[in-house]
Amino acid sequence: MSERTEHVDSVLTYAIVWIALLAATALTTAVAYVDLGPFSVVVALFIAVCKMLLVALFFMHVRHSAKLTRLVLLGGLLWLGILITLSMADFLTRGWLGVPGK
Amino acid sequence: MASELHVETLALREQFDTASQQKNASTLGMWIFLITEIMFFGGMFLAYTAYRSWYPNVFGAASRTLNATIGAINTAVLLCSSFTMVLAVRAGQLGKRKAIMIFLSLTMLLGLAFLGIKGYEWWEKFQEHHVPGPSFHMEGTPLQGQAQLFFSLYFAMTGLHALHMVIGVGVMSVLLLQAYRGKYSAEYYTPIDVGGLYWHFVDIIWIYLFPLLYLIDRHGPKP
Repeated sequence: MSERTEHVDSVLTYAIVWIALLAATALTTAVAYVDLGPFSVVVALFIAVCKMLLVALFFMHVRHSAKLTRLVLLGGLLWLGILITLSMADFLTRGWLGVPGK
Repeated sequence: MASELHVETLALREQFDTASQQKNASTLGMWIFLITEIMFFGGMFLAYTAYRSWYPNVFGAASRTLNATIGAINTAVLLCSSFTMVLAVRAGQLGKRKAIMIFLSLTMLLGLAFLGIKGYEWWEKFQEHHVPGPSFHMEGTPLQGQAQLFFSLYFAMTGLHALHMVIGVGVMSVLLLQAYRGKYSAEYYTPIDVGGLYWHFVDIIWIYLFPLLYLIDRHGPKP
């Protein structure tokens, strides 16, 4: 009838991803107490993106999922990017030009 | 052939040609729902980013009042629940009924543990008068309005995240009951799979909430 498209990952694979996620949580918490200035945001978000990729690719099976599903996911992230980029382009640049009479 | 009739089962409803087509449709539908959730939470992350850029000093001071150790422990609890959830989905793939039930139960317990710890944190906020409202007061700044803004966003974001967790635990209790009744097999476990996607999504939201609310301002400018 139907071809089996399911891919069953081993428990070991999931366990390694789980340990990596816990290690990343310990790392991001420890790094927060080091004074990195403005780079603390960059480092924290970099670690968060890595954790998201681990959860999405392995736990949410994105690495085995259909191309259409991946395309929808990328499309969603693109719209989130538009929301944040265009809005912050407004909020962050409001002080750049003087308003006459203000 | 599309015109051929087939015996309808849970894994292969009448309107689908193959079981994998039905499975892909369910997965895609769940992802589209999760995309709407990304946009929903995205608006709040945007509000937080915008106000933090406007009031960095008070937002930094308010962020430092949060307990990062409890936050880290709760993150670990949630990651453990994601691990047990993925093992429940794997048990579904293999059609192991008992393992499905064990791992769903563990996931629910860890989810409830997260909510308990979160509830304790909120209770602390009430003790410290850090809940926005008439009795709000944060030490060390005259700008109480900006501090209330931080805590309004804190409660809105962690509250909505917790609401999603409550819904997730509710969904899993239904899945657990259905697994107990023997509804799921290696041929049909789509609800567990899709429920897993939801649970991992809620996990990912917290993966961003934790550093943004608790961590990035540990060394910020003093108000």
